[in-house]
Amino acid sequence: MDEKKLAIIATKGSLDWAYPPFILASTAAALGYDTQIFFTFYGLVLLKKKLNLQVTSLGNPAMPMPMPVPVIMQTMPGMQAMMSSMMKKKMKSKGVASIDELRALCLEAEVKMVACQMTVDLFEFDTNDFIDDIEYGGAATFFEFAGQSDVCLYI
Amino acid sequence: MANFDQELDASGLNCPLPILRAKKTLNGMESGQVLRIIATDPGSVKDFEAFANQTGNELLESTEEEGKYLFLIKKK
Repeated sequence: MDEKKLAIIATKGSLDWAYPPFILASTAAALGYDTQIFFTFYGLVLLKKKLNLQVTSLGNPAMPMPMPVPVIMQTMPGMQAMMSSMMKKKMKSKGVASIDELRALCLEAEVKMVACQMTVDLFEFDTNDFIDDIEYGGAATFFEFAGQSDVCLYI
Repeated sequence: MANFDQELDASGLNCPLPILRAKKTLNGMESGQVLRIIATDPGSVKDFEAFANQTGNELLESTEEEGKYLFLIKKK
C-alpha cells in the first residue's frame, strides 16, 4: 500500500490557531502519512526560530475567561500579553505541548515545511529569522504535493 | 497483566503527545515486542485504538485502573 499523504495550508499566526496544523501534521506523520505544510500569510510566523505567539479575546467571544472582562477593558495595553501568558500557563498545566515542541516533533518526523515566497517578499521577512529545515515555494509547489494528497486542509 | 518489553509513562500528557511518544518508542523496538503505555488523557483510549488500526501495530489490551489508562501494543 502506498503511503497516504496529508497536505495542510497554515494561514494563521496566533497561538490558538498554531495548534491545529502542528497537532495534525505530527500525528499524521506518526500514523505513517507523508505530510507537508504550506505556510502563507500570517501562518509564516509559525516558522520563526523565536516564536512569540499570542492570543486575543477581541473578536472572539467564545474564548473561555477565568472571569468576565468587558470588551473595552480587553483593548487596554498589556491585556493581550497577559492573556497570552495565562493561556500558555494553562496549557502547560494541562500537559498540552508547546508549539516549539510540536514543531520540533514534526521536523523530527520529516514533515516537510514550505514557506510561501510571495508572503516572505510581501512582508519583507528576513529568512534568517526562520528555522533552517524549510523550503520556499509558491502555489504551484503546493499543488505538486497537494494534488496527490488524500487529505487536504486549509487552516 | 501480560508481559511487556518496554514501558512508556505518558501520564499528564495531552493529545497528541501520548501517541507521538508511543510511536517514537515503538520505532526503537523490534517487531513482535510489546510496549506498555500509561496515560491519563481520557482521549487516549479512542486514540490508541485508532493508532493501532491505522499503523498495523496490535493493541493487545486497553484497561483503566484508578484513573490511569493502560495499553499494551505489539509492534508490527
